[in-house]
Amino acid sequence: MERKVVIPGEVIVSGEDYLPGEGTEKRGQEIVAIRYGLAEESSSLVKVIALSGIYQPRRGNVVIGKVENITFNGWVVDINSPTGAFLPLAEVPRFVSKDEMSEVLDIGDMLVAKILGVNGRGIDLTIKMRGLGKIEEGMIIKVNSNKVPRIIGKEGSMINIVKNETGCNITVGQNGLIWIKGERIEDELFVKRAIMFITEKSFTSGLTEEVQKWFDKHKKGEKEKE
Amino acid sequence: MTAKTFKRPDGRKAEETRPMSAKVGVVPNADGSAMFSFGDTVAIAAVYGPRKMHPQHSQNPEKGTLRCNYNMLSFSVAERARPGPNRRSTEISKITEWALEPIVMIKKYPNMVVDVHIGILQANASTRCAGINAAALALAHAGIPMKELVSSVSIGKMDKTLVVDLVKEEEDWEEGEGSTDIPITLTNSGKITHLQLDGKITSAELKEVLKLAKKANREIYEVQKKALKESIKLN
Repeated sequence: MERKVVIPGEVIVSGEDYLPGEGTEKRGQEIVAIRYGLAEESSSLVKVIALSGIYQPRRGNVVIGKVENITFNGWVVDINSPTGAFLPLAEVPRFVSKDEMSEVLDIGDMLVAKILGVNGRGIDLTIKMRGLGKIEEGMIIKVNSNKVPRIIGKEGSMINIVKNETGCNITVGQNGLIWIKGERIEDELFVKRAIMFITEKSFTSGLTEEVQKWFDKHKKGEKEKE
Repeated sequence: MTAKTFKRPDGRKAEETRPMSAKVGVVPNADGSAMFSFGDTVAIAAVYGPRKMHPQHSQNPEKGTLRCNYNMLSFSVAERARPGPNRRSTEISKITEWALEPIVMIKKYPNMVVDVHIGILQANASTRCAGINAAALALAHAGIPMKELVSSVSIGKMDKTLVVDLVKEEEDWEEGEGSTDIPITLTNSGKITHLQLDGKITSAELKEVLKLAKKANREIYEVQKKALKESIKLN
């Protein structure tokens, strides 16, 4: 089935062979959209991909956040979601004594973390994995969290182009925060411009080629400036 | 002038609405936003959230809350309206909330609130209807789960004639039995979520009013649907 834009209350498909997925509901025989977005069907599961709205945290998401507060057993982290996130002391890779917590992560520090679980009370984070932890240097930019899948691309195809073209380290948080670390600040700013280009053109089909073209065009300009 | 020959000041037919237009994404800062207009009546709505409810004592741990705020801007009418909340706007805010509550599915957002801010940029009657239409669009645009969309229209009884989508001149009409304004909000499947009425009307006439409202709402729904679908250009 081709992707199409649906609005709440619109019937996407009808018939017994379909299963209602995310953003849909079964009413009698029909699968009805309950939110605005792109309807998609894969192996008889029908779902609606969100195009707008706030970031909905999910288990396993890698996010970038800012330490808001230090409590006796962990850190409260702002990850740009309606419910607060918590990083417990036990989820830090090495032993930290309670009175040196602010040396590991202080209020205002940025970090890359993974969501361990989402429950009714809040979100639990971990940094016990490679690539996670405190952000020491670089640049953080914010984009709409709905554009993140486009920035990453299919199996990271898009973000790999940007990485290869600029030689920067880029970590894209699912919550729309992006950490860019390059050799020079000019490189980081160049990455920022590239990502802004992707977010603006996010509905173009064949965006990967388009981005490649963009790089071919703008890279010359960057070289001339030097 | 007899009741049968009531002529509308703008020359419309009795069951004809003013030209409508709608657009989503008019407030870039908001999580979702929309504009809706009936002729000279223009409303914009901005949705924020779901986000944490403040003040904390009004948090509801059982389910999410919908909070609406209707505001007529000072330049929306010929004589400057005094800015800020007043008796009328407080009432309309509450009415809007009740009209939208049955369709939003925010049970899964405990302790959180969805804020809907409605601003009337230009007023020429039916402002609450334009506001509700804009708010429904903005909620959908913000990605809030909803059962379906709602559309709202005002039906007027001018002495004995029923007309759709009143303008200010008709609202103030005083001949015969005078004018009665009946704003109605219906879901796309025809369920009533809001109906206001003060004035005299017979039950037979009210049935006729509902029939007119249903017909007008189909047109409004098409405008809303078009606005949402066309805001995304695939390819």
